Amino acid sequence: MKGRQSLKEKILKNIFLLSSLTSIFFLIGITIILFKEGLPLFREISLKEFLWGKSWYPTYDPPGFGVLPLILSSLWITLGALIVAVPLGVSTAIYISELATPKVRNFLKLVIEMLTSIPSVIYGFLGIVVLGPWLQKLLNLPIGLCSLTASLLLALMAIPTITSLSEDALFSVSKDYKEASYALGATKWETIIKVTVPAAFSGISTAVLLGMGRVIGETMTVLMVAGGAAVIPHSFLQPVRPITATIALEMGEAVVGSAHYHALFSLACILFIFSLGLNLTADYFLTKFRRTSQ
Amino acid sequence: MKKITQTLLLISLVLTLIVPISQAEGQLVVQGSTTVLPIAQATAEVFMQNNSQANISVRGGGSGNGISALIEGTCDIADASRPMKVKEILLCQEKGVSPVPHIIAMDGIAVIVHPSNPVQGLSMEQIKDIYTGKITNWKELGGQDLKIVVVSRDSSSGTFETFSEIVLKGEKIIPESLAQSSNQTVATVVSTTKGAIGYVGLGYISNTVKALQVNEVIPEQETVVSGKYPISRPLYMYTNGAPQGIAKDFLEFIWSKEGQEIVEKQGFVPLQ
Repeated sequence: MKGRQSLKEKILKNIFLLSSLTSIFFLIGITIILFKEGLPLFREISLKEFLWGKSWYPTYDPPGFGVLPLILSSLWITLGALIVAVPLGVSTAIYISELATPKVRNFLKLVIEMLTSIPSVIYGFLGIVVLGPWLQKLLNLPIGLCSLTASLLLALMAIPTITSLSEDALFSVSKDYKEASYALGATKWETIIKVTVPAAFSGISTAVLLGMGRVIGETMTVLMVAGGAAVIPHSFLQPVRPITATIALEMGEAVVGSAHYHALFSLACILFIFSLGLNLTADYFLTKFRRTSQ
Repeated sequence: MKKITQTLLLISLVLTLIVPISQAEGQLVVQGSTTVLPIAQATAEVFMQNNSQANISVRGGGSGNGISALIEGTCDIADASRPMKVKEILLCQEKGVSPVPHIIAMDGIAVIVHPSNPVQGLSMEQIKDIYTGKITNWKELGGQDLKIVVVSRDSSSGTFETFSEIVLKGEKIIPESLAQSSNQTVATVVSTTKGAIGYVGLGYISNTVKALQVNEVIPEQETVVSGKYPISRPLYMYTNGAPQGIAKDFLEFIWSKEGQEIVEKQGFVPLQ
């Protein structure tokens, strides 16, 4: 009986091991496919032409595979979203963790978490139908689908990530710190600004970086509302075309095995490197934060 | 005993999911151009009503997508709003696929603007100048003092290719143009943007946008069939080799009087 039990345990253990290995397998597989399909592009053009080229004309003859406008569009929209989402998200987190009564806190947390459950296509739809036309009228723009519209919607999508992770970080700041601060005669406000927030800084940085990852990888919303003009952005009021939207827009029609196809995969590699970098940095901050808060 | 039954049940369930869908008899997978999609969908519905054993699944994805699916063998009929490219034909030869084109309908590409725009028509030259950035304000064309918002399709769509070939004649479209992912989104953007100009298949003209005359010809079925309307094209369905079995029946149905009536109802131009 005992032998059977341990055999069963062994089998179960291996099943779980196998399932945890699956995700590693997929990660490695995806990385290999991305680079295997992306790298052949550089037989036709140089890396410099790809990264610094300013014109994206993948289907013309001769084609233009300059992705600088697409990369800058992605970063531009992300920047805009962070300008809105970081102050809003972090101050919400401070309110929830330090100031709100338990009832209000639970209610707010629920509402913010519900924001995550809205599918991105619905954000995009709202952008086309409500926010875009409204901004167009308000600012007297030629078109409502521009980087501002996209940034505002993406900010809304990043706020839950930023708020709940920042709130965790603030909440886990040791009570001793706060009490020491009060004991020195600091007010609540001074304690928050000078003690709690600095102590939770690396956790908040993680939150911001992961929020940024959410924004830079978002596809459906930007495809619908960013406008889709492959130009180098110099204003928040002009249409732009981020990396994700370009891939989604063109992959369906690209001839498999053509330079265009490889270029889209190379774009995906760039996006992948961005996200990986963000996640690794966020991870670094998180471990640092764990060490300091202990 | 119970466990064994459960395991078998699970295995058979997994197996049914793995078995490729297109292998079964009476099955037909149609995939490709979003322009041809409404025709394929509407005809497939009626065809399935008439033939109870037929099961046609229709997907969009774009002309290139459909053609590569035909080459990979994951679809039986590829919808395309453009003829195959040299590169695709070479790929077919490599994979031992012999694509056969079938023209199933004609399509006109209408140039559309916001209903409030006073401009009634443009010449091909003017449209080209707008899309290449030489004309940037409606007042240059007798309209209001309003910046022109150029709406276009993603540069790999069949509609873009046809428009680009017929109207732009290979010249580069301005990068500031808004690349939209489908005929419907082009129509939506144009209907909500005062200074916008866009182009869509004839089937997507509605009362929320205004279709312009091109070279003084109204885009409508008669002018496309007679060849008077300058921006028009044939729509294709590709099969691997001569169509057989259900694919043959389906194509013959589309060519029949009933099928061409459906084509017309969807806003496209029948072959006769």
